[in-house]
Amino acid sequence: MLRIMVAPRPLHDRALDNLRFIRQTMERAGSFTAVPGWGQVAVGVTALAAAFLAAHQRTPELWLATWLGEAIVALAIGGSTMVRKAYAVNDPILSGPGRRFGLSFLPPMVVGGLLTMVLYRAGLVHALPGTWLLLYGTGFVTGGAFSVRIVPVMGICFMLVGSVALFGPAAWGDWLMAAGFGGLHIVFGMIIAWRYGG
Amino acid sequence: MAKQGAARKSEAVEHGLKGERGGSRAAELDRLIHERVRLGIVSALAVNDSLSFNQLKALLKTSDGNLSVHARRLEEAQYITCAKSFEGRMPKTEYRLTAAGRRALERYLDHMEALIRATRQA
Repeated sequence: MLRIMVAPRPLHDRALDNLRFIRQTMERAGSFTAVPGWGQVAVGVTALAAAFLAAHQRTPELWLATWLGEAIVALAIGGSTMVRKAYAVNDPILSGPGRRFGLSFLPPMVVGGLLTMVLYRAGLVHALPGTWLLLYGTGFVTGGAFSVRIVPVMGICFMLVGSVALFGPAAWGDWLMAAGFGGLHIVFGMIIAWRYGG
Repeated sequence: MAKQGAARKSEAVEHGLKGERGGSRAAELDRLIHERVRLGIVSALAVNDSLSFNQLKALLKTSDGNLSVHARRLEEAQYITCAKSFEGRMPKTEYRLTAAGRRALERYLDHMEALIRATRQA
């Protein structure tokens, strides 16, 4: 008798629990992103330091060298943390989500490298922050098409900051680079690290 | 008394649901998908084209033996397919959800939702 009296609640709870389990499994299974959150936070911190250093350089050559140095540091941090994250979930780095992201992310970076050379030669160094931010953002929008929504959203934010840099005064360049490569990396990196497995 | 009535109604609903889908088939469906690891496998595959054995193992936080036993049962029921290949020298097992597996998950979801609705009404 007692068993029958308490039956409906557990039945209802079990059904709810099962639905919750299905939803959570689907979220976790569908929401893996190869983008390493903590790696981005680290890149953001180095970018803030680079923005500070770059702002104090006296020649365009030294300014460019500072940011190219930061690009190499960021590439090393981003690449190594991406490999580490893939290993942590037993994902093959060359065939899992990392590969899909890499293939979409790479073309805008190559274009960025080529445009950097052209703009520098043409003496248009002030156009570089906007170009870099826009193309970096484009990489995340295209790479993020195969990832969780937060990745392309971050890309759009980079593109917005890049647009401001491209059309705003040249003096804003380092501030916007700090806001984009520093601020956006740190904020979105933390969200990705907390919600999407590191 | 009200609780007792609700209990009876709820039990009737559960049996009714099974009856609607054909008693033995519904019971079989419950046994297959209701188990947690198997429910996890089917749910994870429902939102991915395919998942490897290692991905499923990490996702469901289960052991090699446990996962392979449950995956085999789903494979036998033709709810999932399993393709074995080599990636370099490493063997790779890739799972996919079949149309029958997707329908089974949908029926299971309907079943759970109906149970919740019924107990709320009761």
